[in-house]
Amino acid sequence: MLSRLLGALLLLALLTAGAREAAPLGEDPALEHRMMVLAEELRCLVCQNQTLADSHADLAADLRQEILELMKKGQSDEQIKRYLVARYGDFVLYRPPLKAATWLLWFGPGVLLVGGLAALYLVLLRRRRLAAAEPLSAEQEQRALELLSGDEGQLS
Amino acid sequence: MRYLRYLIPLGAFLVLTGFLFRGLWMDPHQVPSPLIDKPAPQFRLTQVADPAKSLSRDQMLGQVWLLNVWASWCVSCREEHPVLVEFAKSGIVPIYGLDYKDTRDEALKWLDRLGNPYQASLFDADGRVGIDYGVYGVPETYVIDKSGTIRYKQIGPITPEILNEKIVPLVKKLNA
Repeated sequence: MLSRLLGALLLLALLTAGAREAAPLGEDPALEHRMMVLAEELRCLVCQNQTLADSHADLAADLRQEILELMKKGQSDEQIKRYLVARYGDFVLYRPPLKAATWLLWFGPGVLLVGGLAALYLVLLRRRRLAAAEPLSAEQEQRALELLSGDEGQLS
Repeated sequence: MRYLRYLIPLGAFLVLTGFLFRGLWMDPHQVPSPLIDKPAPQFRLTQVADPAKSLSRDQMLGQVWLLNVWASWCVSCREEHPVLVEFAKSGIVPIYGLDYKDTRDEALKWLDRLGNPYQASLFDADGRVGIDYGVYGVPETYVIDKSGTIRYKQIGPITPEILNEKIVPLVKKLNA
């Protein structure tokens, strides 16, 4: 009986907690949805590893509101991104734009991968050549056979 | 010559260490502002002390001035405030406040209790002007020159070191 009551209380607590977390639906759910999709692409400057959509920071709420208002004014996602970049810099974008300062960021991993593969290939190639270049002499071959057959008595 | 190739991993290691070492002293919260060397955004706001009086960006033209973003709810502002009060006495440069997302009552009480280093404080209740200036962590301070161009942005509290090493020399240069 007690455990059932506790269970019911817990469930109630979970439900109300969920209700508090739910994003308030504005008068225009479609626009709200478009704003949240865009906000997923943008970084919250206050808690830097969260998106504007995720963050509970005051500034994030303000910026979501600002984005909604810009959308109501008919601005495109691109225009809104430019609006935010002009104020907060490229850092607000989770996908930094491709420009001279970000070449290393975009292509660095690829260059490292290709370089690593090339180095591996060269090393393997060299090894094979080394192995092929020095065949065993007849004596060494005999010795190897003896060792492999387990005839330890021949060890000198 | 043959052994030189063994130095390559060592070199790569040293370069990586160099980057990481430098990273130890970099604060990821110091995001460089794109507004540096750009015209300060327009605003027209009422003053904290008097809702009937307003101030705009263009009224500031012709002087070098500091815009200090603060709020009565901001803990770091309290840490910074005595430094500003002391600096304002020197009269080197006029300081204007931007009271960010605050209430007039709380703001006035705060200034009464801790001193008022500002020529005037602008009242930005909804943080709209803050967004235009790219404010994301109060306190922040902008140095704005005679033509209304932002020359420097300090994110986080101003310390006496920052005043002496960055802000005062810059203000003197801009006034020269």
